[in-house]
Amino acid sequence: MVATETRSPGIRFVSCGFDTTPVAFGLRLERPRRVCVGVMGLLQSSPGEPQYIDLAEKTGFSFEQIAVLHKRFKQLSHNEETLRRDRFNEIPDLAFNPIRAQIIEAFFDRRNYRQNGQGAVDEIRFEEFVVVMSHFRPPSPHMTEEQREGVRREKLQFLFNMHDTDSDGTITLEEYRHVVEELLSRSGALGTEAAKSIADAAMLEVKSISVGDTKPDDFYEGIKFEDFLKLLNGFEIESRMSIRFLNMDATTLCK
Amino acid sequence: MYRCGRVLLWLLGSVLLTRPAWGAPGEEALTQEAHLKLPESKSSLSRPENGSTAAGKPLMAIKWHHVQSPFIVVLWIFVAGLAKLVIEANHHVTSVIPESALLICFGFLLGGVVLGADGVQTFKLTPTVFFFYLLPQIILDTGYSMPNKLFFSNLGGILVYAVIGTCWNAATLGLSLWGCDKGGAMGEVHIGLLQYLLFGSLIAAVDPVAVIAVFEQVHVNEVLFIMVFGESLLNDGVTVVLFNVFDAFVTLGGENINAAEIFKGIFSFFVVAFGGSLVGFVFGILISLLTRCTKNIQIIEAGFVFVLGYLSYLTAEMLSLSAILSIVFCGICCQKYINANMDPDSVSTVRHAMKVFANGSETIIFVFLGISAIDKSIWVWNTGFILLTLLFVIVYRFIGTFLLTWILNRYRLVPIGFIDQVIMSYGGLRGAVAYGLAVLLDESKIKEKNLMISTTIIVVYFTVIFQGITMKPLVTWLNVKKASVSEKTLIEKVQNKVFDHMLVAIEDISGQIGHNYFRDKWNKFEEKWMMGLLMKSSVRKEQEPIFSVFHRLNMKDAMSYVTEGERKGSLEFIRNDNALVDFKNKFGDDFSEIMSDFMVSNKYDTLTNTRDPVPSVSLEIHEQTMKDNKGTENFNSHHLLEQNLYRGRKEHRHRYSRSHFDVNTDENEVQEIFQRTMRNRLESFKSAKTGVTPQTQQKDQQHKMPNGKSPDQIRSYYSGDEDFEFCEADSASGYDASGSSIPMRTTNRTRAGIENPAFMPDIDPRAPLEIPPWLADVDPDSVMAAPSQRGPVRLHRPAAAHVSARPTDSTQQSDEQLPTSAPPPYDRHRGL
Repeated sequence: MVATETRSPGIRFVSCGFDTTPVAFGLRLERPRRVCVGVMGLLQSSPGEPQYIDLAEKTGFSFEQIAVLHKRFKQLSHNEETLRRDRFNEIPDLAFNPIRAQIIEAFFDRRNYRQNGQGAVDEIRFEEFVVVMSHFRPPSPHMTEEQREGVRREKLQFLFNMHDTDSDGTITLEEYRHVVEELLSRSGALGTEAAKSIADAAMLEVKSISVGDTKPDDFYEGIKFEDFLKLLNGFEIESRMSIRFLNMDATTLCK
Repeated sequence: MYRCGRVLLWLLGSVLLTRPAWGAPGEEALTQEAHLKLPESKSSLSRPENGSTAAGKPLMAIKWHHVQSPFIVVLWIFVAGLAKLVIEANHHVTSVIPESALLICFGFLLGGVVLGADGVQTFKLTPTVFFFYLLPQIILDTGYSMPNKLFFSNLGGILVYAVIGTCWNAATLGLSLWGCDKGGAMGEVHIGLLQYLLFGSLIAAVDPVAVIAVFEQVHVNEVLFIMVFGESLLNDGVTVVLFNVFDAFVTLGGENINAAEIFKGIFSFFVVAFGGSLVGFVFGILISLLTRCTKNIQIIEAGFVFVLGYLSYLTAEMLSLSAILSIVFCGICCQKYINANMDPDSVSTVRHAMKVFANGSETIIFVFLGISAIDKSIWVWNTGFILLTLLFVIVYRFIGTFLLTWILNRYRLVPIGFIDQVIMSYGGLRGAVAYGLAVLLDESKIKEKNLMISTTIIVVYFTVIFQGITMKPLVTWLNVKKASVSEKTLIEKVQNKVFDHMLVAIEDISGQIGHNYFRDKWNKFEEKWMMGLLMKSSVRKEQEPIFSVFHRLNMKDAMSYVTEGERKGSLEFIRNDNALVDFKNKFGDDFSEIMSDFMVSNKYDTLTNTRDPVPSVSLEIHEQTMKDNKGTENFNSHHLLEQNLYRGRKEHRHRYSRSHFDVNTDENEVQEIFQRTMRNRLESFKSAKTGVTPQTQQKDQQHKMPNGKSPDQIRSYYSGDEDFEFCEADSASGYDASGSSIPMRTTNRTRAGIENPAFMPDIDPRAPLEIPPWLADVDPDSVMAAPSQRGPVRLHRPAAAHVSARPTDSTQQSDEQLPTSAPPPYDRHRGL
């Protein structure tokens, strides 16, 4: 259950029990191999396709973690190459999540794949799946302050994108209201009015924090990303927005 | 400040001086020592010479014996309280030396006085008093005010420290001391290995009382705090169990211990710990269930919490389970449900009473600890033993913490940093629990009991006083991350919620089973079963944490609104007798109490106001008059709000949740009253200010332009207009069906603003149903005007709205924009 992570495929590779050098490893990978699935298979499986190296470098996941995620991906997509929205909707545990729609949408949002992506896609491949997941990687304990800041920014950007549904770089009142509404939609009698008023109050607050004391008539179009950074300053986002990715396979337990 | 301190000192001194005179006998009563040696001073004080009133019944008699023991107990508490008062009055001292250390020093003083007066220390902390009367309330308070989420999300770590850490401390300390003894470092000491282990187990535990007292003042970050604090709470249970096990072993004798006995010891540990927690859990549920149905005995419902909490402690003790764990878990389990079920007044009663009890007994415990040292009979000095114990206690604490943290960090998502580990190790303060256990030792079995007691006392003093004093500089020096001081903002709360759901969703999608997964499952379970069972249905929906912040914001708004309103006079209607009568007649019983408050506080206002013939809305003049009594006015309005708004909100929420199921007639009635009042208010304003009765806002404006009034008049007119606009905006909140009282208006306003049809393009803003009755009979123009006009004012904080320098401008703008059905973005966003 130890979620050790390493960015170096070579080390990881050796630890997998192969006595080949990373170069040889690269060569061997030319030969397409099927990724083994299953708990037992996982331990012996060498990570197959070359994309694993890229992916591991790109996302920082270890091969084991990628393998686990791949298995999950296959499970979700019913062994297809791509994943569509309705597959996400089939996840039973997710059904009760009030912000399900936003989360799922985040997986199909090009902004979350790379720096300047735009728009949404209809189906995603495994690569995008992992890239989106990588936003939730816990920060490594040996990070410099700048790296930490970078991770923080990147995580916040993800969060910001989730709120900013029309991707114009601003969370408007409507967008924010929508999130709050969804958020409270499961708490029974609270109704949409309360959600709206909360969103409004929050926006007022945001305004006073980000703009400072201004005249009440001033126009405030919404939360910019910079404001967003400022707002959540007190949050330890880099550790809060992280989940533990196991090297072990637990997919059999959750449907 | 200084004078105050001196007076207190004098007071304390006088109490102190008189104390030894009557103190000694009562101390015996308290410590339950049998010998009833009555000091000579008593006769002069408490025995009236009956001879003087020889004839029949004395007119006045001092029956000291009669009240002796309770009197002494109360006096004792009083003195401890006074000591705390004096100590806390000197901030420059408490900022350097923690209060607990000062209290111990005060105990020295007191003990010296008692010893000097009595010749022998008759007054000490006995285990019975400590464990039965002083400890439970402290632990109950900590459980009750435990930050549950934080506690349970760190429970793994806490348990590791509390269980393994404590065992480690006990074992290493005992073994090392034994080794040193064998090596001859202590001279002649008759202590066997088992007895060393017993000693190790009693001194191993970090004491919650000492930890809270010190950590409360240094404000370290919350994870660090919960780690140290949670450990100190839970390891008490562990120590007591360890102590009992080793005590049994000592009784059994070394040669009789076999594998089965050891196994039994280990097994009993689990039974005691889990059994105790279970008892606490059951009692917690019992309290929650009970508070569901205490609606008719609200006045004593707060008492149930204490009684049942204590009962859970005693029950666990009776079943020889861990009483401390029991009462901790009792508090933890019930806090959420009783806070929701009970009347807010009762909740605050519970909160305050808890603090009073806990703080009081904490004070007493520390003073007791000080007094206990001033006793010739317990002091046995063995330099080697005492110094080595002190050394080992500190060294093994550090080693244990670092070792366990190293293991834990491999599994933790957020590792515990090096500096935090240092503070955790350094925060291993020993306290009264260790002392209480040491006193419990059986002298017939352990020859060196007194040595152990004195060593324990030394360790306690060293950790509480020395480490307590140095903790703060250390925290500053190491630059330990402090707890964020600022209160959580609404957006942060919302974001927290988003995080929770997002993380669990990602775990669901990625197929990981982690922390969030379990928390989500537990939340669902709780929502489904526990809430339904343990919580009143009426309050179940308000459990959203966001709401607390939201309501706080609303309160702030309301405050500034009324302050502003008072200043400008727009709250005229409160003073309007008609409106009041109207309210009073219709509001029915449940509001009569509030309204009477209202009336009383308004009488004064009305009086002052009627004296003033100038329309109160005239900004200039009014402000002048306000200058005189601004202070009182402000105070009044705040007082008014605090008294009434808060309660009103509760009612409002209650009604709100009810209204979701069915529209109840009661509410309609209330709404009607509200609307009528608003109309009254409107009318009174219209006639009072303009002299004409403006039918619509537009007409109003037309009036304004041609009228060649004197600047002064225009000024007042403008401000009147502004007020008019404001109150119109306000009255429009009657749209919203749930308004039911003056207090509710605040919440209402905000909600109405959000509901404002002008902001929602998809809903026809002029849907007939939405037109409030008092506007329905006016011509359509005004109906049109109302929502748009609200635009600019509505969503601002009321204070801001009032300061708005250009009321006419904005009105004009919105009027112009009226014909276009889609609301212009400008207006929409300006609402914010």
